[in-house]
Amino acid sequence: MRLPNWLSRHLAALRALLVLTVLLGLAYPLALVGVGTLPGFSHRADGSLLTANGATVGSALLGQSFTDADGNPVPRYFQSRPSAAGDGYDPTASGASNLGPESVVDTLDADPRESTPSLLTRVCARSRAVGALEGVDGRRPYCTADGVGAVLAVFRADGLTGRATRVVSVNQAAPATPFVATYEGVPVEPARPGEDYVAAGGLVTPVRGDAPAEPAVPADAVTASGSGLDPHISPAYAEIQVARVARERGADPAAVRGLVAAHTTGRALGFLGEPGVNVLELNLALDARFPAR
Amino acid sequence: MTMTTAGVLFVLSLVAALVAVHKPLGDHMFRVVSGTRSSRVERGVYRLVGANPAAEQTWGVYARSVLAFSAVSLLFLYAFQRVQDKLWLSLGFDAVVPHGAWNTAVSFVTNTNWQSYSGESTMGHLVQMAGLAVQNFVSAAVGIAVAVALVRGFARSRTGQLGNFWVDLTRIVLRILLPIAVLAALALMLGGAVQNLSGGTEAATLTGGTQTVPGGPVASQEVIKELGTNGGGFYNANSAHPFENPTAWTNWLEIFLILVIPFSLPRVFGRMVGQKRQGYAIAAVMSLLALASVVLTNVFELTGGGTVPQAIGAALEGKEVRFDVSNSATFAAATTLTSTGAVNSFHDSYTPLGGMMPMINMMLGEVAPGGTGSGLYGMLVLAVLTVFVAGLMVGRTPEYLGRKIGAREIKFASLYFLVTPALVLIATATAFATGNDSTTLNVGPHGLSEVLYAFTSASNNNGSAFGGITVNTTWWDTATGLCMLLGRFLPIIFVLALAGSLARQTPTPASEGTLPTHRPLFVGMVVGVTVVLVALTFLPALALGPLAEGL
Repeated sequence: MRLPNWLSRHLAALRALLVLTVLLGLAYPLALVGVGTLPGFSHRADGSLLTANGATVGSALLGQSFTDADGNPVPRYFQSRPSAAGDGYDPTASGASNLGPESVVDTLDADPRESTPSLLTRVCARSRAVGALEGVDGRRPYCTADGVGAVLAVFRADGLTGRATRVVSVNQAAPATPFVATYEGVPVEPARPGEDYVAAGGLVTPVRGDAPAEPAVPADAVTASGSGLDPHISPAYAEIQVARVARERGADPAAVRGLVAAHTTGRALGFLGEPGVNVLELNLALDARFPAR
Repeated sequence: MTMTTAGVLFVLSLVAALVAVHKPLGDHMFRVVSGTRSSRVERGVYRLVGANPAAEQTWGVYARSVLAFSAVSLLFLYAFQRVQDKLWLSLGFDAVVPHGAWNTAVSFVTNTNWQSYSGESTMGHLVQMAGLAVQNFVSAAVGIAVAVALVRGFARSRTGQLGNFWVDLTRIVLRILLPIAVLAALALMLGGAVQNLSGGTEAATLTGGTQTVPGGPVASQEVIKELGTNGGGFYNANSAHPFENPTAWTNWLEIFLILVIPFSLPRVFGRMVGQKRQGYAIAAVMSLLALASVVLTNVFELTGGGTVPQAIGAALEGKEVRFDVSNSATFAAATTLTSTGAVNSFHDSYTPLGGMMPMINMMLGEVAPGGTGSGLYGMLVLAVLTVFVAGLMVGRTPEYLGRKIGAREIKFASLYFLVTPALVLIATATAFATGNDSTTLNVGPHGLSEVLYAFTSASNNNGSAFGGITVNTTWWDTATGLCMLLGRFLPIIFVLALAGSLARQTPTPASEGTLPTHRPLFVGMVVGVTVVLVALTFLPALALGPLAEGL
């Protein structure tokens, strides 16, 4: 019996798919899994696992949090970047914050734990916290002294133009005091949780402030990476952590700095990528060389 | 060395490598698609498929074969995901929900690889390697096959025959994609990409926590994801994940893999039509647009506009230290200039204008150099439109490569061009009209950008995203699925119809009034037509999103 054309064509398609699935979907990947068990490949193919005292402590390629159960930094360790992967460095939920470049207005709730901070406020809060931990200036442009985004909602007489009639510091709820007392002669109010000042017609106005253009806390210390698993920090961020780690471990800062240099990867071939310090490997080396007291 | 200098050297080294490789690879691909001798494996495949390698197909049969193969692939992949919980290596994951399985099946069959799911918490290893990664190969091969069929339309005369789809598919997979994939996968494994079947290794972190180090056949999937301009990540973080893209040099290699086939195909075109200079002209158009886009994306990202990047001091949110700003921006441009959609950094957090560039790249129709195959056929359609516009100016019947571009040809070319803008704009408007824009993460103009980006990406079969938006709802899965499906197969049908009508013609000898299509003048005109068509179509939408945010 001769099958109709359309049917025989679809059967040919099915056979083609099955043949190619066996070839490309089983033989090809499984052969490479086989290669991955060979010496020279197996360590990396298995995930570049690192061990200490016989136990697996992580992967050389995946960052991890060096914080205690409450999420506070453990001061004897170099700290990783902020992470948007799960509760932080969770490889079962890799990913980024996806917050945009003009994410500057927080959603404030009467219960501060229920508030959703904007990206700007996250950056400001991190900068302030890192500054306090490392004893450096944590100020940044567009940030208030209390570590939120310095953003005003300005209501104007004619909508987009005219004199200011009312000004609210949108990311600061009472009892916080607005970061400026007046704006164009109008007293600045703190925000009330639950109010949407943008929908009400307030013009979002970030205020630059007088923070230095080159903040002491490096950019990678205040931003979440794309993967949420970034194993590296910049040499600059490592540098501001050296004094604290040396103090906590009773070590010579120069020796700690030497370990940082030993775990810094430069640009490949001199021009590919950017230098980075592998935090987990550095902390493992510290534990071996300067065990915590 | 500053980051800018290093970033410039990074781009120049890529350009140099692509220039060096396009000739040998293009010549190899030319031999593959025009050769007639079959290897033993190929003869085995033809026998199992039941195809006669000597029998050629008309455009209609070729198109129906493409559609049959894609339809069967779609059903197979859907069913595969729906029963994954009962299969080997499911890692304990449930069957994928129906709307998610539909969306993912369409996504991988159409070479889009838009992902409404998170790889590490949804897909078992077997579905990844035997379902998704197989489509990474074959959807790329389908694109190349269709492009080759179109070029045969230009190269042949007085015939209805455009080649045999089953032969093209088999030869492209076995002789082009698979060998490169094996070599590149070994390189990635040496760089640190994982390749195992582990369900994860528990680690006890230094501060007393736990961390699950994931496993999977990642390297094998990663390379074809880039080489086939697919873009679907094994893990949610895609090529930002250290297990997919561990180092700065693997990052370079991945960008190279993304661009190498699309930039070598104009050579195949030139050789097939017997005039290499025609291929160079097409490659020149692609290169001009691509270089402009890479430079602009880098400039916007490195200057760090926008309130939050200003506060940070660099546009580093969503970017990895090992790639930093410049190598991330170059990847973003490459992935959207092609139909890849893999990301090594998260476009949603880019500067307003830096984030607009990936959108514009996709809106150009992904022709510079575009996806594997789809880039070449898209660019050839634009070249046809250009000779038509030029013909109108001087009042002559337009010709391209000795083929008259008559009413029938220009209809197919115009329909081809209209499909994606119509899908993008209608779907975006529908999302807002029905309130489905409420799933955006960001608000204001950036929220509109998230919706516009989603449909631009789906309709152009790119697959990257402004990732803040939640798209695993029934409405979004259905809508983006339809955009991907129509955005892939309607253009393919129009391209093959165009090929059929070109192949039937008797070539017209070039005369004094013929516009030479290998000179800088023509290159400039194609660039101009491309940019003007896109600007006219999308400027209003861009003005409401990224331009409103960035200016």
